[in-house]
Amino acid sequence: MRHNYPKATLFTLVTVCLLSLLLALKVGSVAVSWSDLWQIISGRENEWRELVMQLRLPRALAALLTGAMLAMAGCLMQVLLRNPLADPYIMGVSGGAAFFALSAMLLGLSAAFIPAAAFAGALVSILLVFAVSRGSGPWSSTRMLLSGVVLAAGWGALISLILALGPDNSLRGMLFWLMGDLSNARIPLAVWIAFPILLLLLMLRSRSLNILALGEVTAAALGENTRHLGWFIYLLASLLTAMAVSIAGSIGFVGLIIPHAMRLLISNDHRLLLPASALAGGSFLILADTMARTIAAPLQLPVGVITALTGVPLFLYLLHRARIHS
Amino acid sequence: MSNTCLLRTRGLGLTIPGRVLLDDFNWQIQAGECWALLGRNGSGKSTLLHTLAGIRPAQTGAIELPHEGNLQSVTKLPRRTIARQMALLQQHTAYPFDATVEQMALAGRHPHLGAWQQESAADFAIVGQALDDMDLSGLEKRNVSSLSGGEARRLAFATMLVQQAPLLLLDEPSNHLDVGHQIQIMRKLRELIEPDNNKKNNSAALIAIHDLNLAARFCSHVLMLFGDGRYLAGPLDEILSSKQLSELYDYPIEQLLWDQGRCFLPG
Repeated sequence: MRHNYPKATLFTLVTVCLLSLLLALKVGSVAVSWSDLWQIISGRENEWRELVMQLRLPRALAALLTGAMLAMAGCLMQVLLRNPLADPYIMGVSGGAAFFALSAMLLGLSAAFIPAAAFAGALVSILLVFAVSRGSGPWSSTRMLLSGVVLAAGWGALISLILALGPDNSLRGMLFWLMGDLSNARIPLAVWIAFPILLLLLMLRSRSLNILALGEVTAAALGENTRHLGWFIYLLASLLTAMAVSIAGSIGFVGLIIPHAMRLLISNDHRLLLPASALAGGSFLILADTMARTIAAPLQLPVGVITALTGVPLFLYLLHRARIHS
Repeated sequence: MSNTCLLRTRGLGLTIPGRVLLDDFNWQIQAGECWALLGRNGSGKSTLLHTLAGIRPAQTGAIELPHEGNLQSVTKLPRRTIARQMALLQQHTAYPFDATVEQMALAGRHPHLGAWQQESAADFAIVGQALDDMDLSGLEKRNVSSLSGGEARRLAFATMLVQQAPLLLLDEPSNHLDVGHQIQIMRKLRELIEPDNNKKNNSAALIAIHDLNLAARFCSHVLMLFGDGRYLAGPLDEILSSKQLSELYDYPIEQLLWDQGRCFLPG
C-alpha cells in the first residue's frame, strides 16, 4: 500500500516489544533497578547478572517467539479458512501435541523429552490431516477443515482419557501443560533457525494471502494455484503452531485475539498484518508471562490462564470500539 | 485485419452428477467479438465460464489459449500466465474480511506483480481510472462491506478492468445494477472490444446474461446452451430469433421491431 503509516506502525510495535522485554527482565521475585539492568545489558558485572541473563532473558525470549509464532499461525488459519475467528489449534495440531506430551508424562519420561514428544504429536496430526483430506477433484478447504476439526475432537477424547487414567501426582503437571506454561520454556536452536526462514517464506507470499482471503475462485482467477497455496499455508501455520506448542504447551487466545486485534487496529493487508501480529503476539505473551510469575508470587500461574483472562476483555473492548468507529 | 484467437475449445464435455450439460463443444472466440452466453437456469453457463477459466477441470476435451505464438492447453500454463490473458467476473462476490474499495480493486494487479513488488503509482493510476469509469470515485476508502449491491457489482467489474486481460468472462455482470449502469458497463465492454478506429482491437468478452435486450443491443455473437449437451453458436443476427429463443427457454418469446432495432418480450 502506498501510505506511510506501515513504517510508523511497525516502529511503534518494535518499541512496545522492546519495552515489554525490559519489563520482563526487571520485575519478578527480585525487582532489579533500572541502573542494575543497564549495567547487565551493557555487559558489566552485577550481582543480578545470572538471574537476569540465565533465568529471565531465556524465558522472556521464549515468550516472545512463542507469542509471535502463535499470532502468525492464527493469521494464516484465518485466511485459509476465510474465517476471522479461526485459531491455530482448530485443525488439531495442539491436540496431537498434547496427546503425545501427556502420554510421555504418563510413561514417566523425563521433562527434557516432553517438547520432542509434543512436536512429534503435532507432526503426526499435520500428516493425518494431509493424508485424510487429500483427494482428487477440485481443491476445497472445506474438506481439510472438516478433517482437522474431527481430528481435533478425537485428540480431545484421548486427552480426557489420559487425564482420567493418570496418577494424581502427575495431573498437576499435565494441567499446566494443557493450559500453557512458560516456566521451563527454552527455545531450541532449530527453532531459532526455522523461524526466520518461515517468516521470509511467508512475507514472499503475503500478497497472495490477501488474494486468497477473497475466496478460492477469485484467487484462482487472479493467478494463484489455490491447491498449492492452501497446502503451503496449512503446512507453515502447522509448523509454527507445532514449534510454539512444543515450547510452551497449548497457550490459548494469543493466536485468535492478536491477529483479530491487528486486523481491527491496523490493516487486513498481510504484508503489514503478519509482522504486526508477530510483534504484538510476542509482546502480549511476554507481558502475560511477566504477570503470571509476579501477580501471585511466590506462586507461579500458568500463562494460559493470564492470556485468557486478559485477552477476553481486551478483545471485547476492541470489538466494541470498532463498531462505534465504523 | 486478421483477428487473433483468444481461446479455443476442442471436444469439451461438461457433466454434473447425473447429467451431461455440454457435449463435444468446439468453439473459439476471437479478438473483437462480444458473445452473449444464453441458457436457462442450471444449463451450465457458470460451469462453462469456470471451466474455460481453468478453475474447474474439464472432464473431456481441451481448452487452449494463445501462448508464445501457439495455442496451448490451459492445464499446461501457470495460473499467473492465464490470469494475465483472461479475467473472470463471478456471479457473486463475498468479502469475509474488511478491505477498502481501493484495496479490493488493487487485487486486480496481483497477476502483474512479482513477489516483492509493491503496487506502483502506475498501478494506482489504473485503479483510479477503473473506479472512475464505474462511478466509484470518492469511495476509495470506503469499507467494501458497506457498499450497496450495485456498488459492489461495479467494484467487481472495476477489479476485472484493472486486471487488463484481453479475454473477459462475465457471469451476469448486470445483476443488481440500475438501468443506467447496465448500459454503462455494456458500453464499457464494447469500448474495450472495439476501440476507436486506429487502435487494434485485441479484446473479447463472453457474457452470461439473462437480459435478451442488452444482449441483442451490445453483443455480436450468441452461444446458446440447451443444458442437455446441445449448443448453438454463431453471429447474433443469424441466431437470435423468437423461434430459437422460445426453444432455448422453453417459453414463448415475442420479437418486437422498433426504429432502433429489435427487442424481445416474454409472451
